[in-house]
Amino acid sequence: MTFTFKKRSNLPGFGLALGYTVLYLSLIVLIPLAATFLKASSLSWDQFWHVVASSRAAASYRLTFGASLIGALINLVFGVLVAWVLVRYSFPGKRLFDSLVDLPFALPTAVAGIALTTIYAPNGWLGRPLASIGIKSAYSPLGVAIALTFIGLPFVVRSVQPVLEDMDKELEEAAASLGAGRWQTFSRVVLPTILPAALAGFAMAFARAVGEYGSVVFIAGNMPMKTEITPLLIITKLDQYDYAGATAIAVVMLLFSLILLLPINLLQKWSSSREEKTTALVAEDTQ
Amino acid sequence: MGTAIPLSTRSLLPSRRIATAATSESALVRWSLMGIAVLFLAVFIFLPLAIVFSQAFAKGMGVYWASLRQPDALSAIRLTLLAAGIAVPLNLVFGVAAAWAIAKFEFVGKSLLITLIDLPFSVSPVVSGLIYVLLFGLQGLLGPWLARHDLHIIFAVPGIVLATIFVTFPFVARELIPLLQAQGQEEEEAALALGASGWHTFFRVSLPNIKWGLVYGVILCNARAMGEFGAVSVVSGHIRGRTNTMPLHIEILYNEYRFSAAFAVASLLALLALTTLLVKTVVEWRARRQRAESARWDEEGQIA
Repeated sequence: MTFTFKKRSNLPGFGLALGYTVLYLSLIVLIPLAATFLKASSLSWDQFWHVVASSRAAASYRLTFGASLIGALINLVFGVLVAWVLVRYSFPGKRLFDSLVDLPFALPTAVAGIALTTIYAPNGWLGRPLASIGIKSAYSPLGVAIALTFIGLPFVVRSVQPVLEDMDKELEEAAASLGAGRWQTFSRVVLPTILPAALAGFAMAFARAVGEYGSVVFIAGNMPMKTEITPLLIITKLDQYDYAGATAIAVVMLLFSLILLLPINLLQKWSSSREEKTTALVAEDTQ
Repeated sequence: MGTAIPLSTRSLLPSRRIATAATSESALVRWSLMGIAVLFLAVFIFLPLAIVFSQAFAKGMGVYWASLRQPDALSAIRLTLLAAGIAVPLNLVFGVAAAWAIAKFEFVGKSLLITLIDLPFSVSPVVSGLIYVLLFGLQGLLGPWLARHDLHIIFAVPGIVLATIFVTFPFVARELIPLLQAQGQEEEEAALALGASGWHTFFRVSLPNIKWGLVYGVILCNARAMGEFGAVSVVSGHIRGRTNTMPLHIEILYNEYRFSAAFAVASLLALLALTTLLVKTVVEWRARRQRAESARWDEEGQIA
Protein backbone atom coordinates (compact mmCIF):
# COMPACT_ATOMS: atom_id res chain seq x y z
CA MET A 1 0.00 0.00 0.00
CA THR A 2 1.56 3.30 -1.03
CA PHE A 3 -1.12 5.34 0.71
CA THR A 4 -0.24 5.71 4.39
CA PHE A 5 -3.26 5.42 6.63
CA LYS A 6 -1.34 6.12 9.80
CA LYS A 7 1.94 7.79 10.64
CA ARG A 8 4.64 5.62 12.15
CA SER A 9 4.60 5.34 15.91
CA ASN A 10 6.67 3.22 18.28
CA LEU A 11 3.72 2.29 20.46
CA PRO A 12 1.85 -1.00 20.00
CA GLY A 13 -1.87 -1.71 19.97
CA PHE A 14 -3.06 0.62 17.20
CA GLY A 15 -4.85 -2.06 15.18
CA LEU A 16 -6.61 -3.62 18.18
CA ALA A 17 -7.63 -0.30 19.74
CA LEU A 18 -8.92 1.29 16.54
CA GLY A 19 -10.56 -1.92 15.35
CA TYR A 20 -12.46 -2.35 18.60
CA THR A 21 -13.41 1.35 18.66
CA VAL A 22 -14.86 1.26 15.16
CA LEU A 23 -16.68 -2.05 15.73
CA TYR A 24 -18.31 -0.93 19.00
CA LEU A 25 -19.17 2.50 17.57
CA SER A 26 -20.83 0.88 14.56
CA LEU A 27 -22.85 -1.60 16.61
CA ILE A 28 -24.12 0.83 19.23
CA VAL A 29 -24.39 4.12 17.35
CA LEU A 30 -23.94 4.05 13.59
CA ILE A 31 -26.04 1.03 12.56
CA PRO A 32 -29.08 1.96 14.72
CA LEU A 33 -28.91 5.57 13.46
CA ALA A 34 -28.63 4.39 9.86
CA ALA A 35 -31.61 2.08 10.43
CA THR A 36 -33.66 5.09 11.53
CA PHE A 37 -32.90 6.95 8.30
CA LEU A 38 -33.62 3.76 6.34
CA LYS A 39 -36.98 3.45 8.07
CA ALA A 40 -37.74 7.11 7.34
CA SER A 41 -36.88 6.64 3.66
CA SER A 42 -39.72 4.10 3.38
CA LEU A 43 -42.15 7.00 3.88
CA SER A 44 -43.22 8.91 0.81
CA TRP A 45 -42.37 12.62 0.70
CA ASP A 46 -46.06 13.52 1.06
CA GLN A 47 -46.49 11.29 4.11
CA PHE A 48 -43.31 12.73 5.65
CA TRP A 49 -44.31 16.33 4.98
CA HIS A 50 -47.86 15.75 6.24
CA VAL A 51 -46.45 14.69 9.64
CA VAL A 52 -43.57 17.13 10.11
CA ALA A 53 -45.49 20.19 8.88
CA SER A 54 -48.75 19.44 10.72
CA SER A 55 -50.00 22.28 12.89
CA ARG A 56 -49.50 20.21 16.06
CA ALA A 57 -45.86 19.51 15.13
CA ALA A 58 -45.30 23.15 14.18
CA ALA A 59 -46.68 24.30 17.56
CA SER A 60 -44.30 21.88 19.31
CA TYR A 61 -41.31 23.24 17.34
CA ARG A 62 -42.23 26.82 18.27
CA LEU A 63 -42.42 25.93 21.96
CA THR A 64 -39.29 23.73 21.97
CA PHE A 65 -37.07 26.14 20.03
CA GLY A 66 -38.50 29.28 21.64
CA ALA A 67 -38.15 28.03 25.23
CA SER A 68 -34.69 26.58 24.45
CA LEU A 69 -33.58 29.93 23.05
CA ILE A 70 -34.88 31.81 26.11
CA GLY A 71 -33.18 29.33 28.46
CA ALA A 72 -29.89 29.55 26.55
CA LEU A 73 -30.01 33.38 26.50
CA ILE A 74 -30.63 33.50 30.27
CA ASN A 75 -27.69 31.15 30.71
CA LEU A 76 -25.51 33.26 28.42
CA VAL A 77 -25.98 36.37 30.55
CA PHE A 78 -25.97 34.73 33.98
CA GLY A 79 -23.34 32.16 32.99
CA VAL A 80 -20.80 34.90 32.16
CA LEU A 81 -21.73 36.69 35.38
CA VAL A 82 -21.37 33.55 37.52
CA ALA A 83 -18.05 32.64 35.85
CA TRP A 84 -16.75 36.18 36.45
CA VAL A 85 -17.78 36.14 40.12
CA LEU A 86 -16.29 32.65 40.69
CA VAL A 87 -12.94 33.55 39.07
CA ARG A 88 -12.42 37.15 40.19
CA TYR A 89 -13.99 37.51 43.63
CA SER A 90 -13.73 35.58 46.85
CA PHE A 91 -16.59 35.10 49.25
CA PRO A 92 -17.60 32.52 51.87
CA GLY A 93 -18.92 29.31 50.32
CA LYS A 94 -17.37 30.03 46.93
CA ARG A 95 -15.94 26.52 46.51
CA LEU A 96 -19.31 24.97 47.37
CA PHE A 97 -21.05 27.13 44.76
CA ASP A 98 -18.34 26.27 42.23
CA SER A 99 -18.78 22.51 42.74
CA LEU A 100 -22.58 22.71 42.65
CA VAL A 101 -22.65 24.50 39.28
CA ASP A 102 -22.40 21.03 37.68
CA LEU A 103 -25.48 19.73 39.49
CA PRO A 104 -27.73 19.89 36.38
CA PHE A 105 -25.27 17.51 34.64
CA ALA A 106 -25.26 15.05 37.53
CA LEU A 107 -28.86 15.16 38.75
CA PRO A 108 -31.15 12.74 36.87
CA THR A 109 -33.61 14.66 34.71
CA ALA A 110 -36.67 13.00 36.25
CA VAL A 111 -35.55 14.17 39.71
CA ALA A 112 -34.99 17.70 38.40
CA GLY A 113 -38.40 17.54 36.74
CA ILE A 114 -40.42 16.65 39.84
CA ALA A 115 -38.37 19.03 42.02
CA LEU A 116 -38.90 22.03 39.70
CA THR A 117 -42.59 21.19 39.30
CA THR A 118 -43.08 21.09 43.08
CA ILE A 119 -41.29 24.45 43.46
CA TYR A 120 -43.28 26.22 40.72
CA ALA A 121 -46.67 24.52 41.16
CA PRO A 122 -49.46 26.98 42.16
CA ASN A 123 -48.96 26.03 45.84
CA GLY A 124 -45.15 25.69 45.62
CA TRP A 125 -42.34 27.69 47.26
CA LEU A 126 -41.98 30.02 44.25
CA GLY A 127 -45.17 29.11 42.39
CA ARG A 128 -47.42 30.65 45.05
CA PRO A 129 -45.75 34.11 45.13
CA LEU A 130 -45.60 34.11 41.32
CA ALA A 131 -49.28 33.13 41.11
CA SER A 132 -50.23 35.92 43.52
CA ILE A 133 -48.86 38.48 41.05
CA GLY A 134 -50.68 36.74 38.22
CA ILE A 135 -47.82 34.75 36.69
CA LYS A 136 -48.50 31.10 35.92
CA SER A 137 -45.14 29.30 36.00
CA ALA A 138 -45.70 25.53 36.12
CA TYR A 139 -47.90 23.97 33.40
CA SER A 140 -47.20 26.88 31.04
CA PRO A 141 -44.50 27.76 28.45
CA LEU A 142 -42.72 29.69 31.23
CA GLY A 143 -42.34 26.41 33.14
CA VAL A 144 -40.72 24.83 30.07
CA ALA A 145 -38.25 27.74 29.85
CA ILE A 146 -37.44 27.40 33.59
CA ALA A 147 -36.65 23.68 33.23
CA LEU A 148 -34.52 24.33 30.13
CA THR A 149 -32.62 27.09 31.95
CA PHE A 150 -31.85 24.61 34.73
CA ILE A 151 -30.47 21.86 32.48
CA GLY A 152 -28.35 24.28 30.42
CA LEU A 153 -26.90 26.17 33.38
CA PRO A 154 -23.38 24.63 33.53
CA PHE A 155 -22.49 25.03 29.83
CA VAL A 156 -21.68 28.76 29.64
CA VAL A 157 -20.12 28.89 33.12
CA ARG A 158 -17.83 25.94 32.41
CA SER A 159 -16.70 27.17 29.01
CA VAL A 160 -16.04 30.79 30.09
CA GLN A 161 -14.41 29.97 33.45
CA PRO A 162 -11.08 28.53 32.16
CA VAL A 163 -10.68 31.42 29.68
CA LEU A 164 -11.10 33.97 32.48
CA GLU A 165 -8.68 32.02 34.67
CA ASP A 166 -5.99 31.99 31.97
CA MET A 167 -6.51 35.62 31.04
CA ASP A 168 -3.59 37.65 32.17
CA LYS A 169 -4.46 40.74 34.19
CA GLU A 170 -1.66 42.56 32.34
CA LEU A 171 -3.98 43.13 29.40
CA GLU A 172 -6.48 44.89 31.64
CA GLU A 173 -3.70 46.81 33.39
CA ALA A 174 -2.42 47.96 30.02
CA ALA A 175 -5.92 49.12 29.04
CA ALA A 176 -6.31 50.94 32.36
CA SER A 177 -2.88 52.56 32.06
CA LEU A 178 -3.88 53.79 28.62
CA GLY A 179 -6.79 55.59 30.24
CA ALA A 180 -9.66 53.17 29.72
CA GLY A 181 -12.40 53.17 32.32
CA ARG A 182 -13.40 49.92 34.01
CA TRP A 183 -16.48 49.37 31.84
CA GLN A 184 -14.51 50.27 28.71
CA THR A 185 -11.80 47.77 29.67
CA PHE A 186 -14.42 45.10 30.26
CA SER A 187 -16.32 45.67 27.02
CA ARG A 188 -13.23 46.20 24.82
CA VAL A 189 -10.69 43.79 26.36
CA VAL A 190 -12.40 41.16 28.52
CA LEU A 191 -15.58 40.64 26.53
CA PRO A 192 -13.90 39.98 23.14
CA THR A 193 -11.61 37.45 24.84
CA ILE A 194 -14.42 35.44 26.42
CA LEU A 195 -16.93 35.90 23.59
CA PRO A 196 -16.09 32.75 21.57
CA ALA A 197 -16.22 30.57 24.70
CA ALA A 198 -19.47 32.18 25.83
CA LEU A 199 -21.09 31.63 22.43
CA ALA A 200 -19.88 28.01 22.34
CA GLY A 201 -21.48 27.49 25.76
CA PHE A 202 -24.66 29.18 24.55
CA ALA A 203 -24.88 26.92 21.48
CA MET A 204 -24.29 23.78 23.59
CA ALA A 205 -26.96 24.83 26.11
CA PHE A 206 -29.38 25.46 23.24
CA ALA A 207 -28.66 22.10 21.58
CA ARG A 208 -29.08 20.26 24.87
CA ALA A 209 -32.34 22.07 25.63
CA VAL A 210 -33.93 21.25 22.27
CA GLY A 211 -33.65 17.50 22.89
CA GLU A 212 -34.44 17.59 26.62
CA TYR A 213 -37.34 15.46 27.85
CA GLY A 214 -37.21 14.32 31.49
CA SER A 215 -36.98 17.64 33.28
CA VAL A 216 -39.64 19.22 31.05
CA VAL A 217 -42.51 16.70 30.92
CA PHE A 218 -43.46 17.12 34.56
CA ILE A 219 -43.55 20.92 34.57
CA ALA A 220 -44.91 21.47 31.05
CA GLY A 221 -48.52 20.38 31.44
CA ASN A 222 -48.29 18.64 28.05
CA MET A 223 -51.34 20.17 26.35
CA PRO A 224 -51.25 19.58 22.58
CA MET A 225 -50.76 22.83 20.62
CA LYS A 226 -49.93 24.70 23.86
CA THR A 227 -47.36 23.09 26.13
CA GLU A 228 -46.32 19.98 24.21
CA ILE A 229 -42.58 19.80 23.38
CA THR A 230 -41.32 17.96 20.29
CA PRO A 231 -39.69 14.98 22.12
CA LEU A 232 -43.02 14.39 23.90
CA LEU A 233 -44.83 14.42 20.55
CA ILE A 234 -42.55 11.56 19.43
CA ILE A 235 -43.51 9.57 22.54
CA THR A 236 -47.21 10.32 22.03
CA LYS A 237 -47.02 9.01 18.47
CA LEU A 238 -45.19 5.88 19.67
CA ASP A 239 -47.87 5.24 22.30
CA GLN A 240 -50.46 5.39 19.50
CA TYR A 241 -48.39 2.88 17.47
CA ASP A 242 -47.81 5.60 14.85
CA TYR A 243 -44.23 4.48 14.11
CA ALA A 244 -44.06 6.34 10.79
CA GLY A 245 -45.06 9.63 12.42
CA ALA A 246 -42.61 9.17 15.30
CA THR A 247 -39.80 8.37 12.85
CA ALA A 248 -40.53 11.42 10.67
CA ILE A 249 -40.33 13.82 13.62
CA ALA A 250 -37.27 12.03 15.02
CA VAL A 251 -35.52 12.55 11.66
CA VAL A 252 -36.26 16.29 11.83
CA MET A 253 -34.74 16.43 15.33
CA LEU A 254 -31.72 14.32 14.29
CA LEU A 255 -31.02 16.55 11.27
CA PHE A 256 -31.31 19.63 13.45
CA SER A 257 -28.81 18.32 16.02
CA LEU A 258 -26.39 17.29 13.25
CA ILE A 259 -26.63 20.80 11.74
CA LEU A 260 -25.99 22.37 15.18
CA LEU A 261 -22.78 20.34 15.59
CA LEU A 262 -21.07 22.46 12.92
CA PRO A 263 -21.38 25.91 14.57
CA ILE A 264 -20.57 24.36 17.97
CA ASN A 265 -17.34 22.84 16.60
CA LEU A 266 -16.41 26.10 14.84
CA LEU A 267 -17.05 28.17 17.99
CA GLN A 268 -14.95 25.79 20.08
CA LYS A 269 -12.09 25.99 17.57
CA TRP A 270 -12.38 29.79 17.48
CA SER A 271 -12.32 29.87 21.27
CA SER A 272 -9.22 27.69 21.64
CA SER A 273 -7.31 29.54 18.89
CA ARG A 274 -8.20 32.87 20.51
CA GLU A 275 -6.94 31.58 23.82
CA GLU A 276 -3.66 30.33 22.31
CA LYS A 277 -3.09 33.67 20.61
CA THR A 278 -3.59 35.61 23.83
CA THR A 279 -1.29 33.35 25.84
CA ALA A 280 1.34 33.54 23.08
CA LEU A 281 1.14 37.35 23.15
CA VAL A 282 1.52 37.49 26.90
CA ALA A 283 4.36 34.97 26.84
CA GLU A 284 6.24 37.08 24.27
CA ASP A 285 5.63 40.12 26.36
CA THR A 286 7.01 38.73 29.59
CA GLN A 287 10.19 37.37 28.03
CA MET B 1 2.29 57.84 23.65
CA GLY B 2 1.19 55.64 26.50
CA THR B 3 2.81 52.53 25.12
CA ALA B 4 6.14 53.85 26.37
CA ILE B 5 5.41 52.68 29.93
CA PRO B 6 7.85 49.82 30.48
CA LEU B 7 6.53 46.65 32.03
CA SER B 8 9.20 46.67 34.71
CA THR B 9 7.46 49.53 36.52
CA ARG B 10 4.99 46.88 37.67
CA SER B 11 7.43 45.91 40.39
CA LEU B 12 7.30 49.40 41.92
CA LEU B 13 4.82 49.43 44.76
CA PRO B 14 2.75 52.60 44.09
CA SER B 15 2.07 51.78 40.45
CA ARG B 16 1.17 48.23 41.46
CA ARG B 17 -1.50 49.60 43.75
CA ILE B 18 -2.83 51.90 41.05
CA ALA B 19 -2.96 48.99 38.62
CA THR B 20 -4.95 46.84 41.06
CA ALA B 21 -7.41 49.65 41.65
CA ALA B 22 -7.75 50.13 37.91
CA THR B 23 -8.44 46.42 37.24
CA SER B 24 -11.07 45.83 39.88
CA GLU B 25 -14.56 47.19 40.33
CA SER B 26 -15.94 49.44 43.00
CA ALA B 27 -17.21 47.67 46.11
CA LEU B 28 -20.81 48.42 45.14
CA VAL B 29 -20.47 46.75 41.72
CA ARG B 30 -18.58 43.83 43.26
CA TRP B 31 -21.21 43.16 45.91
CA SER B 32 -24.11 43.50 43.46
CA LEU B 33 -22.52 41.06 41.00
CA MET B 34 -21.83 38.56 43.79
CA GLY B 35 -25.38 39.01 45.08
CA ILE B 36 -26.95 38.35 41.68
CA ALA B 37 -24.76 35.29 41.05
CA VAL B 38 -25.49 33.80 44.47
CA LEU B 39 -29.22 34.46 44.10
CA PHE B 40 -29.28 32.88 40.63
CA LEU B 41 -27.47 29.75 41.86
CA ALA B 42 -29.65 29.60 44.98
CA VAL B 43 -32.87 29.62 42.94
CA PHE B 44 -31.74 27.18 40.25
CA ILE B 45 -29.43 24.83 42.23
CA PHE B 46 -30.13 24.98 45.98
CA LEU B 47 -33.92 25.15 45.84
CA PRO B 48 -34.33 21.97 43.72
CA LEU B 49 -31.93 20.09 46.02
CA ALA B 50 -33.66 21.36 49.13
CA ILE B 51 -37.12 20.43 47.90
CA VAL B 52 -36.06 16.85 47.07
CA PHE B 53 -34.92 16.16 50.62
CA SER B 54 -37.63 18.17 52.39
CA GLN B 55 -40.39 16.37 50.43
CA ALA B 56 -38.72 12.97 50.91
CA PHE B 57 -38.80 13.35 54.70
CA ALA B 58 -42.03 15.38 54.85
CA LYS B 59 -44.02 12.44 56.25
CA GLY B 60 -41.26 11.19 58.53
CA MET B 61 -38.57 8.55 58.47
CA GLY B 62 -41.09 5.70 58.67
CA VAL B 63 -42.74 6.56 55.35
CA TYR B 64 -39.32 7.24 53.82
CA TRP B 65 -37.96 3.79 54.64
CA ALA B 66 -41.24 2.07 53.77
CA SER B 67 -41.22 3.72 50.31
CA LEU B 68 -37.72 2.41 49.66
CA ARG B 69 -38.54 -1.10 50.85
CA GLN B 70 -41.60 -1.61 48.63
CA PRO B 71 -41.14 -4.57 46.27
CA ASP B 72 -41.59 -2.33 43.19
CA ALA B 73 -39.01 0.14 44.50
CA LEU B 74 -36.55 -2.67 45.25
CA SER B 75 -36.95 -4.21 41.82
CA ALA B 76 -36.47 -0.76 40.23
CA ILE B 77 -33.26 -0.29 42.24
CA ARG B 78 -32.07 -3.77 41.20
CA LEU B 79 -32.76 -3.10 37.51
CA THR B 80 -30.99 0.28 37.64
CA LEU B 81 -27.93 -1.34 39.25
CA LEU B 82 -27.99 -4.11 36.63
CA ALA B 83 -28.23 -1.73 33.65
CA ALA B 84 -25.45 0.52 34.98
CA GLY B 85 -23.41 -2.56 35.93
CA ILE B 86 -23.41 -3.71 32.30
CA ALA B 87 -23.27 -0.34 30.52
CA VAL B 88 -20.47 1.28 32.53
CA PRO B 89 -17.82 -1.51 32.17
CA LEU B 90 -18.57 -1.84 28.43
CA ASN B 91 -18.18 1.89 27.90
CA LEU B 92 -15.07 1.87 30.07
CA VAL B 93 -13.33 -0.70 27.85
CA PHE B 94 -14.47 1.19 24.75
CA GLY B 95 -13.34 4.53 26.20
CA VAL B 96 -9.84 3.26 26.96
CA ALA B 97 -9.46 1.67 23.49
CA ALA B 98 -10.76 4.77 21.69
CA ALA B 99 -8.61 7.14 23.74
CA TRP B 100 -5.49 4.99 23.11
CA ALA B 101 -6.04 4.98 19.34
CA ILE B 102 -6.92 8.68 19.15
CA ALA B 103 -4.38 10.12 21.59
CA LYS B 104 -1.33 8.07 20.72
CA PHE B 105 -1.56 7.75 16.93
CA GLU B 106 -2.06 9.96 13.90
CA PHE B 107 -4.39 8.54 11.25
CA VAL B 108 -6.74 9.58 8.47
CA GLY B 109 -10.28 10.39 9.62
CA LYS B 110 -9.37 11.00 13.25
CA SER B 111 -11.44 14.15 13.70
CA LEU B 112 -14.44 12.45 12.06
CA LEU B 113 -14.05 9.59 14.53
CA ILE B 114 -14.02 12.04 17.47
CA THR B 115 -17.19 13.72 16.15
CA LEU B 116 -18.93 10.35 15.77
CA ILE B 117 -17.97 9.30 19.31
CA ASP B 118 -19.53 12.54 20.64
CA LEU B 119 -22.68 12.01 18.56
CA PRO B 120 -24.83 10.40 21.32
CA PHE B 121 -24.50 13.62 23.36
CA SER B 122 -26.25 15.64 20.69
CA VAL B 123 -29.10 13.20 20.08
CA SER B 124 -32.28 13.76 22.09
CA PRO B 125 -32.77 11.01 24.73
CA VAL B 126 -36.18 10.21 23.25
CA VAL B 127 -34.65 9.72 19.79
CA SER B 128 -31.89 7.58 21.36
CA GLY B 129 -34.56 5.19 22.62
CA LEU B 130 -36.56 5.34 19.40
CA ILE B 131 -33.66 4.20 17.18
CA TYR B 132 -33.58 0.86 19.05
CA VAL B 133 -37.36 0.51 18.81
CA LEU B 134 -37.07 1.02 15.03
CA LEU B 135 -34.35 -1.63 14.87
CA PHE B 136 -35.55 -4.29 17.34
CA GLY B 137 -39.26 -3.48 17.92
CA LEU B 138 -42.08 -5.52 16.39
CA GLN B 139 -42.46 -2.95 13.60
CA GLY B 140 -38.67 -2.66 13.31
CA LEU B 141 -36.19 -3.98 10.78
CA LEU B 142 -35.13 -6.99 12.86
CA GLY B 143 -38.42 -7.27 14.77
CA PRO B 144 -40.07 -10.11 12.80
CA TRP B 145 -36.90 -12.21 12.93
CA LEU B 146 -36.51 -11.66 16.69
CA ALA B 147 -40.18 -12.53 17.25
CA ARG B 148 -39.80 -15.81 15.34
CA HIS B 149 -36.91 -16.78 17.61
CA ASP B 150 -38.74 -15.61 20.74
CA LEU B 151 -36.08 -13.02 21.57
CA HIS B 152 -37.21 -9.94 23.48
CA ILE B 153 -35.16 -6.76 23.34
CA ILE B 154 -37.70 -3.93 23.32
CA PHE B 155 -39.94 -3.69 26.41
CA ALA B 156 -37.39 -5.96 28.11
CA VAL B 157 -34.10 -5.68 29.96
CA PRO B 158 -31.75 -5.86 26.90
CA GLY B 159 -33.40 -2.77 25.39
CA ILE B 160 -32.93 -0.84 28.63
CA VAL B 161 -29.27 -1.84 28.75
CA LEU B 162 -28.75 -0.86 25.08
CA ALA B 163 -30.39 2.57 25.55
CA THR B 164 -28.26 3.14 28.67
CA ILE B 165 -25.07 2.23 26.78
CA PHE B 166 -26.00 4.67 24.00
CA VAL B 167 -26.63 7.71 26.20
CA THR B 168 -23.46 7.14 28.27
CA PHE B 169 -21.33 6.16 25.27
CA PRO B 170 -18.89 9.16 25.07
CA PHE B 171 -18.19 9.84 28.78
CA VAL B 172 -15.05 7.78 29.46
CA ALA B 173 -13.48 8.35 26.02
CA ARG B 174 -14.02 12.09 26.34
CA GLU B 175 -12.33 12.29 29.75
CA LEU B 176 -9.34 10.17 28.67
CA ILE B 177 -8.47 11.55 25.21
CA PRO B 178 -7.10 14.95 26.40
CA LEU B 179 -5.29 13.32 29.34
CA LEU B 180 -3.53 10.69 27.22
CA GLN B 181 -2.68 13.36 24.63
CA ALA B 182 -1.17 15.73 27.20
CA GLN B 183 0.94 12.95 28.64
CA GLY B 184 2.99 12.44 25.44
CA GLN B 185 4.61 9.10 24.79
CA GLU B 186 8.21 9.32 26.03
CA GLU B 187 7.48 7.29 29.16
CA GLU B 188 5.83 4.48 27.17
CA GLU B 189 8.67 4.46 24.65
CA ALA B 190 11.20 4.21 27.48
CA ALA B 191 9.33 1.27 29.03
CA LEU B 192 9.16 -0.53 25.68
CA ALA B 193 12.87 0.12 25.04
CA LEU B 194 13.64 -1.45 28.42
CA GLY B 195 11.85 -4.59 27.27
CA ALA B 196 8.36 -4.27 28.75
CA SER B 197 5.52 -5.83 26.75
CA GLY B 198 2.74 -3.65 25.29
CA TRP B 199 0.13 -4.67 27.91
CA HIS B 200 2.68 -4.34 30.69
CA THR B 201 3.55 -0.82 29.50
CA PHE B 202 -0.11 0.10 29.35
CA PHE B 203 -0.98 -1.17 32.83
CA ARG B 204 2.19 0.01 34.59
CA VAL B 205 2.97 3.28 32.78
CA SER B 206 -0.05 4.72 30.94
CA LEU B 207 -2.84 3.71 33.31
CA PRO B 208 -1.35 5.09 36.56
CA ASN B 209 -0.90 8.46 34.86
CA ILE B 210 -4.55 8.75 33.88
CA LYS B 211 -6.18 6.96 36.82
CA TRP B 212 -7.92 10.03 38.28
CA GLY B 213 -9.39 11.04 34.94
CA LEU B 214 -10.52 7.45 34.53
CA VAL B 215 -12.21 7.47 37.94
CA TYR B 216 -14.01 10.70 37.10
CA GLY B 217 -15.12 9.45 33.67
CA VAL B 218 -16.52 6.25 35.19
CA ILE B 219 -18.33 8.12 37.98
CA LEU B 220 -19.91 10.52 35.48
CA CYS B 221 -20.87 7.67 33.16
CA ASN B 222 -22.42 5.83 36.10
CA ALA B 223 -24.41 8.86 37.27
CA ARG B 224 -25.94 9.30 33.83
CA ALA B 225 -26.52 5.53 33.44
CA MET B 226 -28.46 5.31 36.71
CA GLY B 227 -30.40 8.50 36.06
CA GLU B 228 -31.34 8.16 32.39
CA PHE B 229 -35.02 8.74 31.85
CA GLY B 230 -36.08 9.64 28.28
CA ALA B 231 -34.26 6.93 26.33
CA VAL B 232 -35.11 4.20 28.83
CA SER B 233 -38.72 5.35 29.00
CA VAL B 234 -39.14 4.72 25.25
CA VAL B 235 -37.76 1.16 25.29
CA SER B 236 -38.98 0.00 28.70
CA GLY B 237 -42.72 -0.51 28.25
CA HIS B 238 -43.16 0.40 31.94
CA ILE B 239 -43.93 -3.10 33.20
CA ARG B 240 -44.07 -2.74 36.98
CA GLY B 241 -41.62 -4.87 38.92
CA ARG B 242 -39.98 -5.97 35.65
CA THR B 243 -38.89 -3.16 33.35
CA ASN B 244 -39.03 -0.11 35.61
CA THR B 245 -35.79 1.59 36.53
CA MET B 246 -35.53 4.07 39.42
CA PRO B 247 -36.31 7.18 37.31
CA LEU B 248 -39.34 5.42 35.71
CA HIS B 249 -40.53 4.30 39.15
CA ILE B 250 -40.30 7.93 40.32
CA GLU B 251 -42.47 9.00 37.38
CA ILE B 252 -45.16 6.42 38.19
CA LEU B 253 -45.25 7.32 41.89
CA TYR B 254 -45.40 11.04 41.08
CA ASN B 255 -48.22 10.61 38.57
CA GLU B 256 -50.16 8.63 41.20
CA TYR B 257 -49.77 11.58 43.61
CA ARG B 258 -47.60 9.50 45.97
CA PHE B 259 -45.22 12.44 46.34
CA SER B 260 -43.39 11.33 49.50
CA ALA B 261 -42.56 7.96 47.96
CA ALA B 262 -41.52 9.57 44.65
CA PHE B 263 -39.19 11.99 46.44
CA ALA B 264 -37.83 9.22 48.68
CA VAL B 265 -36.58 7.32 45.61
CA ALA B 266 -35.51 10.63 44.05
CA SER B 267 -33.44 11.42 47.15
CA LEU B 268 -31.31 8.33 46.49
CA LEU B 269 -30.54 9.60 42.98
CA ALA B 270 -29.88 13.11 44.33
CA LEU B 271 -27.37 11.61 46.79
CA LEU B 272 -25.72 9.84 43.86
CA ALA B 273 -25.47 13.20 42.03
CA LEU B 274 -23.94 14.90 45.09
CA THR B 275 -21.42 12.05 45.46
CA THR B 276 -20.51 12.47 41.79
CA LEU B 277 -19.85 16.18 42.30
CA LEU B 278 -17.79 15.43 45.41
CA VAL B 279 -15.61 12.96 43.50
CA LYS B 280 -15.20 15.52 40.73
CA THR B 281 -14.02 18.17 43.19
CA VAL B 282 -11.52 15.78 44.78
CA VAL B 283 -10.20 14.63 41.38
CA GLU B 284 -9.73 18.21 40.20
CA TRP B 285 -8.00 19.12 43.43
CA ARG B 286 -5.59 16.17 43.04
CA ALA B 287 -4.94 17.03 39.38
CA ARG B 288 -4.11 20.61 40.31
CA ARG B 289 -1.74 19.45 43.04
CA GLN B 290 -0.08 17.02 40.63
CA ARG B 291 0.41 19.82 38.08
CA ALA B 292 1.90 22.14 40.69
CA GLU B 293 4.25 19.38 41.82
CA SER B 294 5.48 18.58 38.31
CA ALA B 295 5.96 22.31 37.64
CA ARG B 296 8.12 22.49 40.76
CA TRP B 297 10.14 19.47 39.57
CA ASP B 298 10.71 21.16 36.21
CA GLU B 299 11.89 24.33 37.91
CA GLU B 300 14.27 22.48 40.18
CA GLY B 301 15.61 20.58 37.21
CA GLN B 302 16.29 23.83 35.38
CA ILE B 303 18.12 25.32 38.35
CA ALA B 304 20.26 22.20 38.69
